[in-house]
Amino acid sequence: MSGEAETPGAPQAAFGAGETAEQPEAVGDVSLAGVAPSGANGSALMEVEHLRVLFPLKHGLIIDRTIGHVHAVDDVSFTLHAGETLGIVGESGCGKTTLIRTLVRLIDPTAGVIRFRGNDITKASRRKLEPIRREMQMVFQDPQASLNPRKRVNQIIRTPLRLRGVAKNRIDAEMRALLTKVGLQAEHVNRFPHEFSGGQRQRIGIARALAVDPKLILLDEPVSALDVSIQAQVINLLGDLQDEFHLSYIFVAHDLSVVRHVSDRIAVMYLGKLMEVSPAEELYDKPIHPYTSALLGAIPIPDPAENRARDRPLVIGEPPNPINPPSGCRFHTRCPRAIDICRQVEPQLTEYAGGHLAACHLPQNVTAEEIAAAARSDGTPLSAGTDAPRRV
Amino acid sequence: MSATAPLLEVDDMRVSFATEDGLVRAVDGVSFSVAAGEVVAIVGESGSGKSVTAMTLMGLTRGPNARIAGRAMFDGTELLSASERELQQIRGASMAMVFQDPMSSLNPVYRIGHQIVEQIRTHDQAISKAQAMDRAIELMERVGIPRASERLRSYPHEFSGGMRQRVMIAMALSCSPKLLIADEPSTALDVTIQAQILEELRTLREQTGAGIILVTHDLAVVADIADRVVVMYSGRVVEQGTLDELFYDPLHPYTWGLLGSITRVDRDRSQRLPAIPGLPPSLLRTPEGCHFRPRCSHAFGRCTEDPALRAAISDRPEHLDRCWLELEQKRRLRVVGDQIGLASAEPVIS
Repeated sequence: MSGEAETPGAPQAAFGAGETAEQPEAVGDVSLAGVAPSGANGSALMEVEHLRVLFPLKHGLIIDRTIGHVHAVDDVSFTLHAGETLGIVGESGCGKTTLIRTLVRLIDPTAGVIRFRGNDITKASRRKLEPIRREMQMVFQDPQASLNPRKRVNQIIRTPLRLRGVAKNRIDAEMRALLTKVGLQAEHVNRFPHEFSGGQRQRIGIARALAVDPKLILLDEPVSALDVSIQAQVINLLGDLQDEFHLSYIFVAHDLSVVRHVSDRIAVMYLGKLMEVSPAEELYDKPIHPYTSALLGAIPIPDPAENRARDRPLVIGEPPNPINPPSGCRFHTRCPRAIDICRQVEPQLTEYAGGHLAACHLPQNVTAEEIAAAARSDGTPLSAGTDAPRRV
Repeated sequence: MSATAPLLEVDDMRVSFATEDGLVRAVDGVSFSVAAGEVVAIVGESGSGKSVTAMTLMGLTRGPNARIAGRAMFDGTELLSASERELQQIRGASMAMVFQDPMSSLNPVYRIGHQIVEQIRTHDQAISKAQAMDRAIELMERVGIPRASERLRSYPHEFSGGMRQRVMIAMALSCSPKLLIADEPSTALDVTIQAQILEELRTLREQTGAGIILVTHDLAVVADIADRVVVMYSGRVVEQGTLDELFYDPLHPYTWGLLGSITRVDRDRSQRLPAIPGLPPSLLRTPEGCHFRPRCSHAFGRCTEDPALRAAISDRPEHLDRCWLELEQKRRLRVVGDQIGLASAEPVIS
């Protein structure tokens, strides 16, 4: 959206050569003011390597024994470029919300590395995170629940402005400017959140995130609680703000048509794993992973004639339990193409032309030459096999 | 529609609630009909009165502060004036409802099987408990619940959202209703599960010939399943017609706005969506004249008078809309770029 450099040819170049990931012990000594680690690309805003978040399941009366783990995010790697919007889609329970909450360190990762502007923040302390959190903000799904009902808009926006270090006599003017920018009336500063509609409350949430002048905003289903006509207003607003403030977004949603509209690149998640990462248009024109096709086929198109003409294979069943995820490819239990290798070997994340990544043994919409030219991505989960994808 | 009388005929239904702040006109003169085997979608945003319309048909909005007027003929019974006893005979038997949130509409302390059997035996006193159990298993299998005989003993919390919604549909089907009212049946579900549930509704219509009223805010779902569409705004019907009429020749500016606002996977990503400016009006203080006037970029002097719901095209008597603009003006004004949308002019009144 903004003009900042995104070279589609080398989106994965940010993965440093020779870096060994999954060394959570080694990152205790973080220096936030320090120089960017070698290998970090200048345009990479956030790098995530082999990130895992497992929630232990406890059982027992007196002594809690861990009897298993919920595999919420299971070895996910990606790079976010400055000025880019990365969409993350998936069904409920696929780990998309856990993922972005971990990125702002609201949840501690089990393993893996998160780097923000070259600094490792995986284990950073609260004090060290404070300046970082000023640069990445979050907007939540439910604007009702994420605004303190006992505080006026005035207080909600003033606090982050003060934290940013805006001079006292400038705060009022800044606040008014900010509210106008997100499409609210400056006279509304003395109202409480309940006096606004859902769409307006979401605008307050966006204004609050903007108040600290962030580089990155993580949006967790920001429009799914809103009516269609209001959704369109908020989506337009997010686009305008991105152009004006050169923001990067990570946009999590379950609605593929909304995600397509806002994103430059889209990551498809299923049961904690990345299934496919692709430039936005290409994902819809040429989905490589059968799960992506299944998701796309499930969306009804608001056009009666096209709906009638479309051949839509139904995906059967529901996502399996993330406590005992299936072996091999996690989608094999619902995949219409699954063969033996899918049940036994986890597919590697393969990088096809144009920075299109997919983790599938039997990729679709690619020719034999494209498969031959493809390479194993550095973001491949550590537990994945080495088998190259094959043609069916 | 043929010469046979429709299954349900709603005529000038009005529902208002007395509140501390004043009278809320939730439904303000709504008329439509549903034939057997037909899917009628009621579309609108929150507060448009679409759910209140559906609930009133089921007799669920009655209360000391509710004022209900108008007529709703269903299969020989007038629903709005029917006694509670008469309604109990109809509700769940020949007319059933599926709600949006399947968690809060199932009783958490009873097993699934018990809840389905209860409904079957309420309406069929002759059936034995064992027979009712068999029927429950049959129903659960029909709506695609695997291992139905085991899952009969599960509690609602042991089911996923999609499975709970299937249980709700199974319960609704238990007495082979002639009319099924589904209030946002797939809104709380993932797209893959939504597609499965819509498929169930389609099968149901084909197998039993039941009429379906689908209340939804999602135009894509409407395009997928409906035969006719009723668009509601601020308690009133602003447009109604067949699916194709509404999507390819929409006559009301609000419908244009709705069609323009949706993000679509099959279209170019334009920079901006032609959004409808402003917010829906409060039902306590509806605007004078056309309710959509404050948000409409094509409003003119006459819009302060109340437009009637009328057919604008003489050979399409069933395609009605509530707008003062002339047909030619509408066909010219509704095109934004090369698509139908609401010209995104500045809000007339904020």
